[in-house]
Amino acid sequence: MDRRAKLIEIIQKVSKQDTIPGPDESLFESGLLDSFGLPDLISAMEKEFGIQVPDSDLNPRKFDTIERIEEYLDSRN
Amino acid sequence: MAFIKEFGCWLPIRAVTSEEAGSWVGADSTWVKNVSGIEERRFATDEDMVADLAARAGNDCLQRAGMQGKDLGMVMVASGSGERTFPGPACVAAQKMGASGVPALDLTMASAGSLFGISLAARLAAQLGPILVIGAEKMSRIVAREPQERGVAVLFGDGAGACLITADSGKAEIVDSVLNTDGSFSEDLTLECDRPIKMNGRSVILQASRKIPAAIRSLLEQYSIDPPDVLAFLMHQANQNLIDRVADALGVPSAKFFSNIRKYGNTSSASMLIAAAEWSREFGFEPGEPVVFAAFGAGFNWGALLARGV
Repeated sequence: MDRRAKLIEIIQKVSKQDTIPGPDESLFESGLLDSFGLPDLISAMEKEFGIQVPDSDLNPRKFDTIERIEEYLDSRN
Repeated sequence: MAFIKEFGCWLPIRAVTSEEAGSWVGADSTWVKNVSGIEERRFATDEDMVADLAARAGNDCLQRAGMQGKDLGMVMVASGSGERTFPGPACVAAQKMGASGVPALDLTMASAGSLFGISLAARLAAQLGPILVIGAEKMSRIVAREPQERGVAVLFGDGAGACLITADSGKAEIVDSVLNTDGSFSEDLTLECDRPIKMNGRSVILQASRKIPAAIRSLLEQYSIDPPDVLAFLMHQANQNLIDRVADALGVPSAKFFSNIRKYGNTSSASMLIAAAEWSREFGFEPGEPVVFAAFGAGFNWGALLARGV
């Protein structure tokens, strides 16, 4: 499974919805993520991709769309 | 060495339902309850000042401890909703409690203020004598400011809590505390003069849900205590969903986190001490058993404090 597919799987699990968000679709505005879903998303990403997101990177904008999340993950590689 | 001798609190009589609060911003009570766990909050009268609320909670605490204002070595009042920039409510509250002449310190930190106050008091009590730490907020005055935001106006309530710290004896010994501040996020939760609260809720929840468990864990690890072995967690009552998240992150049942947010909403700096006062009356410390206090708020400021029942 490629990274995007894994991300979508995580988002679906956290949001408890089967919706597949578009790459640039806001996860907040679409209702897939709320304030309490975001920490769950980041924790799941940390586990799945073997990274530790430092507190200084905990800016909701970095995780608002699949593309932004991928940009963040690229910056960590 | 320092001890928690007694707690006190004061809540206004007027209960404002989430149905009423939600009507101000076009939200129904079910939504309010789902996003926050809040069913009611208390609002003080127009005449009540923050110092009045502080003095009532302080007097409740002193009375329960069998002490008077003149016996104190210091008064600390944590509040983010004081009516003016200076003087803050501490000097007036001290005067109203019969503690004129006793040094009175304002902690204008909002939600984490009481935790910081207790931590400081534990370090100062041996030098200064008994220190009364009070958290008092009149948030109703703040949430009434236009424009009212849906995600803010329904959250807050009024109230005051108090905690008496002494160097010689008490219900629990204060073992240690960890305090943290990170000004990188200072713009994410602000209250400017005569303006409504400005809150980036996503950032606040994201930071709080990570920083609070980390602070608690780091404190407990120093004393080789596993979170499930803690008797009770007394946390700032910001949001029931946040309390549940913190409990989950620590691997303990939510029931270990005393909660009264359903009745009082978020009373900012007062909430942790109101919760402690109610918990103390309903359950209370047990000899040798650890109890953890924790808070997070504007700044961001956050931390945790470990106490053990005597």
